[in-house]
Amino acid sequence: MAYALVLIPVLFAIVAAAIRSDRVRPWVLTAAGAVQGLAVVRALTMPAVAGLEGWLVLDGPGRLVMGLTSALFFACALYAPGYLRQRSDRPNRVFVTCLLLLDAMLMLLAEAHHLGLMWVALEAATLSAAPLLTFNRNQRSLEATWKYLLIGGVGVALALLGSLFLAYSELQAELEPSLLFGVLLEQAPHLSKPWLHAAFVILFIGYGTKMGLAPMHTWKPDAYGEAPGIVGAMLAGGVTNGAFLAIVRFDRICQAAGDGKFAQELMLVMGLLSMGLAGAFMARQRDYKRMLAYSSVEHMGILVVGLGIGGAGVFGSMLHMINNGLTKGVLFLSAANIHRAFGSKNVEDVSGALRRVPASGALFLAGFFAVTGSPPFGPFLSELTIVRAAFAAGRYGVAAAFLVMLAVVFVGMGSAVVSIAQGSPSQHAQSTTFRDELGTVAPIALCLAVVLMLGVWVPPPLERLLGDVAISLGGAR
Amino acid sequence: MSSAVDPVLVLVLLLNFYVVGTSRLHAVINGVALQGAVLGVLALLVHSGSVLSVLVALATILLKGLLMPMMLRRAMREASIRREVEPFIDYVPSLLAVAVATGASFAFARRLPLAPQHVGSLLVPASLATVGTGFLVLATRRKAITQAAGYVVLENGVFVLGVGLLEAMPFLVEVGVLLDLFVAIFVMGIIIYQVNREFASLDTARLSNLKE
Repeated sequence: MAYALVLIPVLFAIVAAAIRSDRVRPWVLTAAGAVQGLAVVRALTMPAVAGLEGWLVLDGPGRLVMGLTSALFFACALYAPGYLRQRSDRPNRVFVTCLLLLDAMLMLLAEAHHLGLMWVALEAATLSAAPLLTFNRNQRSLEATWKYLLIGGVGVALALLGSLFLAYSELQAELEPSLLFGVLLEQAPHLSKPWLHAAFVILFIGYGTKMGLAPMHTWKPDAYGEAPGIVGAMLAGGVTNGAFLAIVRFDRICQAAGDGKFAQELMLVMGLLSMGLAGAFMARQRDYKRMLAYSSVEHMGILVVGLGIGGAGVFGSMLHMINNGLTKGVLFLSAANIHRAFGSKNVEDVSGALRRVPASGALFLAGFFAVTGSPPFGPFLSELTIVRAAFAAGRYGVAAAFLVMLAVVFVGMGSAVVSIAQGSPSQHAQSTTFRDELGTVAPIALCLAVVLMLGVWVPPPLERLLGDVAISLGGAR
Repeated sequence: MSSAVDPVLVLVLLLNFYVVGTSRLHAVINGVALQGAVLGVLALLVHSGSVLSVLVALATILLKGLLMPMMLRRAMREASIRREVEPFIDYVPSLLAVAVATGASFAFARRLPLAPQHVGSLLVPASLATVGTGFLVLATRRKAITQAAGYVVLENGVFVLGVGLLEAMPFLVEVGVLLDLFVAIFVMGIIIYQVNREFASLDTARLSNLKE
């Protein structure tokens, strides 16, 4: 099973590369999304999934990331044929193939239980995303890809350096060197402390770059702004969470070594910094896709703040990862529809989306309310859990800063979103013939429905899994 | 571990200064190539000629010493540029910055206890200083080729530490070669996508449409 999860998208990628017709090829994505979805559901119901002598183990946090990634990929895969039909002026062979490879690497990242293998998956995911960013083949997308690769490359190199540091902390303590997470966890209390501290900082910066935490987030607005909506959704809801999963694992090693406090303080500082910077940049952002990128920076901050607070904050953080991932799907895909309908992603050029494309406009608006933590959507529940955990832990300063930044983001993002949605359609609305269709609306509505459900009712199996993960990470239900 | 290791690491550190201090792209590429080849020698010295270290040494010299510089030179010809212009931080301040980074690396490395087989060696500070230098070049130079060369220096820094762990963690060091894929793609990007034609020059400061 562990192999099948990675091989399924790889096989579909080969099929996609072999198909000649640009019209037929997008349906390979849909088929892959469906088959992978079934396989993941099967894997999640199995008590244990492992392979490669312990190199592949699907543990609790991995299950969460894998379930989320495959759900998001399924939505994107349903959306893709309708979208790519709109973009029939562009060949899509490379696009479809690389999207499937990216998905395969995210599956591998979720179940890799070996430091080196996880690093390979991250690097491969970074590289396979690069051609997706150049889909539009213009100067701006080329510029975005260059920055993405350069900054991402530094992040990946630092991740390797940090892995070497972690390995050295075993060597210096004269332990049997091993890069398996299971062994690292067992040996954690004996690891050399100075090396472990240095390793955590470097790994946090390296994987944090891929997550898009401030101040290493500078690739994000460019990449998300220029990439097609599907790619934005997969990056913001998939790759970033894969990198977060890695940080979760290092945090766990630090805790097992009795150094949890050190890691938590670092995460609190970086998380709050990300939220603050994102809020500041969002307020004056005139490009709504770039605005979504800053929203992603903000929510990555929220994830690490939750982890840094500990206690029920860990539970909140894990739940928020799922909520944010799916909400990003809603926002990026509906923003792509609005972009297609108006032919511009500048806030000034776009108004009256609710009239021009009623369904996409309404979904975008609902996505905005969800992502800013308004009830009754899922992110409200998870952000509330994190704030309550901060109060319970006596971190009043953190809780206050957290709430202020949420408010700043709400105001900053709100003014832009309202002016996009409301009013009469601007002149740009006549420049295209794009209309809402079932294929480009239903997948978004599906994501939103799940986000809404998670705000009112968390299914018991998911709640149990979240609770187990939180406890294994030193948190509480 | 041979006693020649430290002199070789000093050479790696000196090459950092050479790469940072020059504006001629030819010199930058030569410096990077020499540094890569020296790392191959380093692998041999640290592990005194075990089979694995010979293989890694050969691969390193071939890849970092010959292949990558060749690709970079080709990209340079295609783009027909010779010099770096107006870096964001000028050459003399850059040299000072590298000196400070090297000093800081030594100070920091003193706080990290070494495994018995590495006690007294410069592996850790040399690694950190080279990573810092690579980062400096990458962040402060304008030309795409110089940035790619800076990335190679950064990679070399990671590799220095990797050499120390070659016997204990062969897997990590071997997969570390995959980092070179980034460089290959940078260079391919320059050549195939003609970053120069699209942007009228290889000056990445012109890649500023996407500024805040």
